[in-house]
Amino acid sequence: MSRPGLFDYLLALGDDALVTAQRLGEWYASSPAMEEDIALANIALDQLGAARLLLSYAAEVPDTALPARTGGPLPVAARPLDEDALAYRRDDRQFRNALLTELPHGDFAHVVTRLLLLAAYQVPLYDRLAAADDPRLAAIAAKTRKEVAYHLDHAATWVRRLGDGTAESHGRAQAAVDALWPYTHELFAPLAGGPIDPATLRADWERTVTAVLAEATLARPADGWAPGGGRDGLHTEHLSYLLAEMQSLHRAHPGARW
Amino acid sequence: MYGNDFGPPDEGVDQVKDPDRDTAHADAAAAALGEGLLGEVAAAEAALAEAAGRTVGRAAADADEAALQAYFDAVIAADQKIEPRDWMPEKYRRTLIRQIAQHAHSEIIGMQPEGNWISRAPSLQRKAILLAKVQDEAGHGLYLYAAAETLGITREELVEMLVSGRQKYSSIFNYPTLTWADVGAVGWLVDGAAIVNQVPLCRCSYGPYARAMIRVCKEESFHQRQGYEVLHVLGHGTPGQRAMAQDAVDRWWYPSLAMFGPPDADSTHSAQSMAWKIKRFSNDELRQRFVDMCVDQARSLNLTLPDPDLRWNAQRRAYDYTQPDYDELMRVISGDGPCNRQRMAFRRQAHADGAWVREAAAAYAAKRASDREAVPA
Repeated sequence: MSRPGLFDYLLALGDDALVTAQRLGEWYASSPAMEEDIALANIALDQLGAARLLLSYAAEVPDTALPARTGGPLPVAARPLDEDALAYRRDDRQFRNALLTELPHGDFAHVVTRLLLLAAYQVPLYDRLAAADDPRLAAIAAKTRKEVAYHLDHAATWVRRLGDGTAESHGRAQAAVDALWPYTHELFAPLAGGPIDPATLRADWERTVTAVLAEATLARPADGWAPGGGRDGLHTEHLSYLLAEMQSLHRAHPGARW
Repeated sequence: MYGNDFGPPDEGVDQVKDPDRDTAHADAAAAALGEGLLGEVAAAEAALAEAAGRTVGRAAADADEAALQAYFDAVIAADQKIEPRDWMPEKYRRTLIRQIAQHAHSEIIGMQPEGNWISRAPSLQRKAILLAKVQDEAGHGLYLYAAAETLGITREELVEMLVSGRQKYSSIFNYPTLTWADVGAVGWLVDGAAIVNQVPLCRCSYGPYARAMIRVCKEESFHQRQGYEVLHVLGHGTPGQRAMAQDAVDRWWYPSLAMFGPPDADSTHSAQSMAWKIKRFSNDELRQRFVDMCVDQARSLNLTLPDPDLRWNAQRRAYDYTQPDYDELMRVISGDGPCNRQRMAFRRQAHADGAWVREAAAAYAAKRASDREAVPA
């Protein structure tokens, strides 16, 4: 199966999952309770698993030169392609994750709010992809949708607890929602090469998120500023630091096996 | 536990209230069902399962302390299990709380040196394995705190004793993970030493601890093999990788040997813990078992152990080896290892940063509880 743009599409989804896993992995042993250390590691592991499946598939799609607008073709060192070449030997201009996933973590409210906003998008996305014509993508989606449903449930539970907890937690949760909201618009921007128009996921997402916010006694922010560019490899200043750390060891030993 | 190297016992934990219960007796002479350490774990598990099916009446239900003590002694002598509602000597209870809690603390602090490499793991597969391992450690901490709670203390109190520095964790986690190969060395040597220490605890006289150790040992064995595999790839990899692996083994070998605690001659609590069947082997016996296990494995890793005096002793049928520097061990236990301050600061920060979240969760739960009460029946 090789539609034009399929490679880019798989990278976009895979990079969302990979960068999310990387950010959650930074949170190890830092949770408010042991149970939450387990839960966040579990979610990071699920996202990393999805990233590996998507990037492995991308690596098998032929004619995989990245278009010039996303930083040019992959360097020769990145071939032959596999999940590690794609994760460790692309530069930030070649990553296609949404900006939402790469923002650094603030407090715990920020962690769970971002997870809510992302998982509420990934649930309808993978539900729909599970019925896609592309059998490989459908199989990946069928596995992933079960996991992201759990992520959504877990994040929603925490957003309710924080929003409707104490005055302090309410304030922190509202601040996190306000800070992250602008970055959600990018999730629904057109994305070529996939079987689904992301714009069609918006109604489901909006329904899920606004219901959780209402239960959490949190205000839905007004739509306005809508930063984007991640799908074209135009990121925030945060991503290259994330990649510098993630890729440092791998790049220091070219050709090594791990 | 991660090791036998913990500091002096802390005092002042509460009394257990209810000494009443029926006793499930374990079969003392469970046959070894398999070979090697995991075989021993399986055998201990089978013995526990069998014990659960048996109920032997206890002598003199409401008897005086002497009779309770006699009953306790008989259970220990018969290699059976003490359970949470059994009467137990106060010192037995305090010793177990200390040991289980410090074991739990070690799992929690132990997430840090390995977590340090999650973001830089050199392949996605290694990253996934490391994430899963750190997750398992949090799980081990959780079941060990739960086992300690059966002795009449709360997790909050135990966590407080950790962050206040009143209780210790294994000295090994005060060493830094400087390269990726350290992740392999921690798996192979540190988890390896932990397993050698922990497998006998699967048969320890306190039921909840023995059951927790069975679960812990199975997962730890898995981690140990994964660490071995990391080093195996490096040991057979590029010259740079092999050098990285050798350097890590050079730095972790003696701290791992020190995990078994001071030599038998200097070990203060061993005799009592052996009599109570909390401990089954002495520090030096376990250390020897560990050395014997590692020598062959090092050879297949294409790495050497950093001990020029390591050699087979045909008479003892065991390896002679150089003892670790116990003065260094004591310095690390007393707080002056390379990372003691960093590990504690990290733990305290995470605990303090989470306070508002725990308060929010409690406030939310209280609101839900009062909502439920407000609903007419």
